[in-house]
Amino acid sequence: MLRFIVRRLLQALIALFVLSVLLFAWLRSLPGGVVSALLGERGTPESAAKLRAQLGLDDPIPVQYWRFLERAVQGDFGVSNGVYRGQPALDVFTQRFPATIELSFFAILIALTFAIPLGYFAARRRGGVLDTGSVVFSLVGVAVPVFFLAYVLKYLFAVRWGLLPPSGRQTVGINATHITNFYVLDALMTREWDAAWDALKHLVLPALALSSIPFAVVFRITRAAVIDVMDEDYVRTARAKGLTARTIRGRHIMRNALIPVVTIVGLQIGALLAGAVLTEKVFAFQGIGQALAIGFELRDYPVLQVLIMMAALIYIVVNLLVDIAYAVIDPRVRL
Amino acid sequence: MTTQASTTAYPSGAGGGEPLLSVRDLTVTFGRGGRAFTAVDHVSFDVQPGQTVGLVGESGCGKSVTSLAIMQLLPSRGNTVSGTVSFAGEDLLSLSDAQMRDRRGRDLAMIFQDPLSSLNPVVPLGTQVAEVLQRHKGMKNAPAQKRAAELLDKVGIPDPTRRLKEYPHQLSGGMRQRALIAMALACEPRLLIADEPTTALDVTIQAQILALLKELVQDSGTALIMITHDLGVVAGLCDEVNVLYGGRIVERAGRHDLFARPRHPYTGGLLASIPRLTEERGRRLTPVPGSVADNIPWDHGCAFAPRCASEIGVCRERTPELVPDRPELGADRLLRCHNPLESNPLDDAPTTEESGA
Amino acid sequence: MTNPGPAPDLTPGVPTPSTTGATTDPTPDARRHGALGALADRKKKRIDALAEAGTISSEEGVSLWQSAWRRLRRDPVFLIGAVIVLLFVLVAILAPWLAPHDPRARDLIGQVTPATPIPEPQPGYPLGGDNAGRDMLSRLIVGSRQTLIVGVLATLGGLAGGLVLGTLAGGISGWVDTIVMRIVDVMLSIPSLLMAFSIAALFARPSQWTVILAIAIIQIPIFARLLRGSMMAQRHSDHVLAARALGVRRPAIVFRHMLPNSLGPVIVQGTLVLAVSIIDAAALSFLGLGNPDDSIPEWGQMLGKAQTFFNTYPHIAVYPALCIIVVALGFTLMGESLREALDPKSRR
Repeated sequence: MLRFIVRRLLQALIALFVLSVLLFAWLRSLPGGVVSALLGERGTPESAAKLRAQLGLDDPIPVQYWRFLERAVQGDFGVSNGVYRGQPALDVFTQRFPATIELSFFAILIALTFAIPLGYFAARRRGGVLDTGSVVFSLVGVAVPVFFLAYVLKYLFAVRWGLLPPSGRQTVGINATHITNFYVLDALMTREWDAAWDALKHLVLPALALSSIPFAVVFRITRAAVIDVMDEDYVRTARAKGLTARTIRGRHIMRNALIPVVTIVGLQIGALLAGAVLTEKVFAFQGIGQALAIGFELRDYPVLQVLIMMAALIYIVVNLLVDIAYAVIDPRVRL
Repeated sequence: MTTQASTTAYPSGAGGGEPLLSVRDLTVTFGRGGRAFTAVDHVSFDVQPGQTVGLVGESGCGKSVTSLAIMQLLPSRGNTVSGTVSFAGEDLLSLSDAQMRDRRGRDLAMIFQDPLSSLNPVVPLGTQVAEVLQRHKGMKNAPAQKRAAELLDKVGIPDPTRRLKEYPHQLSGGMRQRALIAMALACEPRLLIADEPTTALDVTIQAQILALLKELVQDSGTALIMITHDLGVVAGLCDEVNVLYGGRIVERAGRHDLFARPRHPYTGGLLASIPRLTEERGRRLTPVPGSVADNIPWDHGCAFAPRCASEIGVCRERTPELVPDRPELGADRLLRCHNPLESNPLDDAPTTEESGA
Repeated sequence: MTNPGPAPDLTPGVPTPSTTGATTDPTPDARRHGALGALADRKKKRIDALAEAGTISSEEGVSLWQSAWRRLRRDPVFLIGAVIVLLFVLVAILAPWLAPHDPRARDLIGQVTPATPIPEPQPGYPLGGDNAGRDMLSRLIVGSRQTLIVGVLATLGGLAGGLVLGTLAGGISGWVDTIVMRIVDVMLSIPSLLMAFSIAALFARPSQWTVILAIAIIQIPIFARLLRGSMMAQRHSDHVLAARALGVRRPAIVFRHMLPNSLGPVIVQGTLVLAVSIIDAAALSFLGLGNPDDSIPEWGQMLGKAQTFFNTYPHIAVYPALCIIVVALGFTLMGESLREALDPKSRR
């Protein structure tokens, strides 16, 4: 088990190294290079030359890469030149990170709660009305652009019917204490029930929109896995043992069918991060997705740099965790 | 139809008393209409308490489907099962799902061909054994685990307490089959069905598993239905043997009678294809020529006719019935053949089959 | 007592329904064991499975394509998808003749005021106009063409890149294979849409070409892996061995024997990628990374630009969105049913 984790960690480190090289290359291939990216429209030839020297852009490339790495490790990614002008780029990430985690968590929660039971029952009644219906639903779900779904939800539930707030993470002016910046968690910890309810209400629509991505995938993987597993000899053995339907379902079918689901959830984190960029923009939800969307629009490269790096880091770490979880549920991996 | 003939011609089993399991006219059809395929066709046989009965035939002869139909483990859709399967006086086919679930694993148990795929890969062995006990004996987890260790010990798995926490992939093939046997016998069922239990194992392990099965069955008085394509297995284990071909029983005899005087050409062919230690080296094994794909439908004659060396004209015109054979060949013999063998093919050696192809 | 010896399994009988439960299908197990490996392993596995599936089927020759076609002809999922795609392509080709108005003409500009930025539906203009007074219906019809072009070019671009990398890796093998696949695996381990955003953001002046490029690049690793997998599966197949034994040179083997046989999985993946490309192009436009020049309409761009009016005039976003959804669904349905028809596992 320990060897497995160490090997995984090493692989993650290698991926991270390659990523840093890619990111460095990305920064260097920016139109006009890093200098004009950092200076933006304000740059004069003099200030550009000064910055070039200051950044050491005349040094050999490996030296520059090493310096880039040194700064990155120290958390120095430069200063925002977009809407957060003057703010260190890393701060943009740290302030907004909890919001996106909160959003993604609820999105995954919604997706799993509905997709797994639906996938199971669709597989059991293969070809039935529920099965056909949910397969079609999941295919349509894949075809709907996430931001359009977000707009439809926002239009219907917030603008039209006024049931839920249309944007933001919390109603302006509500009295809430922030400790971790996970608003729901904060409010629960401080027992500010109004604030918790308010934060939850702000989460419903964006989380629902975002959940459409993992929902379709998890549903289809669960369904396929259950269909596969039901044909397995050990399920027949379980039936031959006269076990109750519940034991067969839980211990023999689902415990095996969920293994591919766990890994697919890990992979969905990537799609979820990209989806968060779109969803958070629609709902003006102050997470890293929105910052990325604004960054892309204003070409705020210092902020983009740190956010992309962190997004990739999150992706790698989550997949590392998923692999460890995988080893826990599938004993064969531990060898 | 053959229904009446086979039923009326059926003599009471070897023990004479009330049979534990009595299968009558069991028929399993897959699909519907023109594409329907009858895998098991009016199969009838009895199993006395403590008796070991063999169902023998090659792949596709319907032996596994018969066993799955008895256990009611066939897929719930796409097939129709008719006939009766009375077990201790109850017709299993008329029981509800829930009633059948109560009996499976407690009164009737089954072990399967491939021990690796028959064990749940992600559940510890102990749990897989203990869950039968918890289900049918109402035991709590701790005593069930303790009993599971005893059971593993009984089937010859060394260091059973440690094995409880292990997973199937950590065991050898023979150990896995032993574990499956332990699960099947956990509740001391009155009938055990073993579907090719040694096919997936190494030769040396095969013998061990068969010896173990024999010992356990004899000790506990459990009746056993042994399903196999391997007449060698039958010779060592079974009291009575049913040879199946194309979904029907073509010959039934006691073990000694069958080996001494096989009557159906198919049985003869099966015997001729077993290598033996006593014969001179260099004899070519003589497999039964052709494959199940060559079968003709039973309605128009004998399904085996296209592959049969003893085929005569009537074989493709009239369906042979399962009728009592000549009594001097042994008690309770049944045979479905127009032109049975008059001598053991092994006595006058290989030639009979070779000329027939 | 007779020794229970190893009796040969008498004859290789044909599998009957009785054996479906008993025969063990190795694939689920193999799939689970395959979980060991680098980060993007599961993504890779799925691609590899597709590569193998298609290869096996094409290896057995035309008859399998025929059997796939026989299945598809009766598959309602495929037929619905095919009809949608066919209609879409037809509209795209015939767009200039179908559109009632010039999509660039600001016919209704007189009705665009700060209070009413979107002209209402009216005679001759059944769907109304956009905020520049241009006919909505005509823009949708003509937009199909640009949408098709973006989707097809992005897919072809990804395929071309994947073809080069995949052929290098699968055809040459050895250290080239190792290096190419390392690169491909790292690319697979980056969230793909996020990568498309980042690539598009590299360009100071976005255009439809930057959109196509960004989407094409994120498809390269998928196609590369697919082709390599398919070629690896063929390397030991009889027809390649035969060609090699006959002294056919390696490039000829790769291009004349291996590549044509990889067609099946490539078509499946291409169909699915087309759907994704169209959706991704919309996402890029939505983030302001799309083509800013709207004189030639494209659905993703129309949808992206409609965001300002969504809460007040949702219909101008709904029309292009519906077009995208229906077309993407059409390609997805076609791709999924193709995948199933070519999958030997689902055929048994």
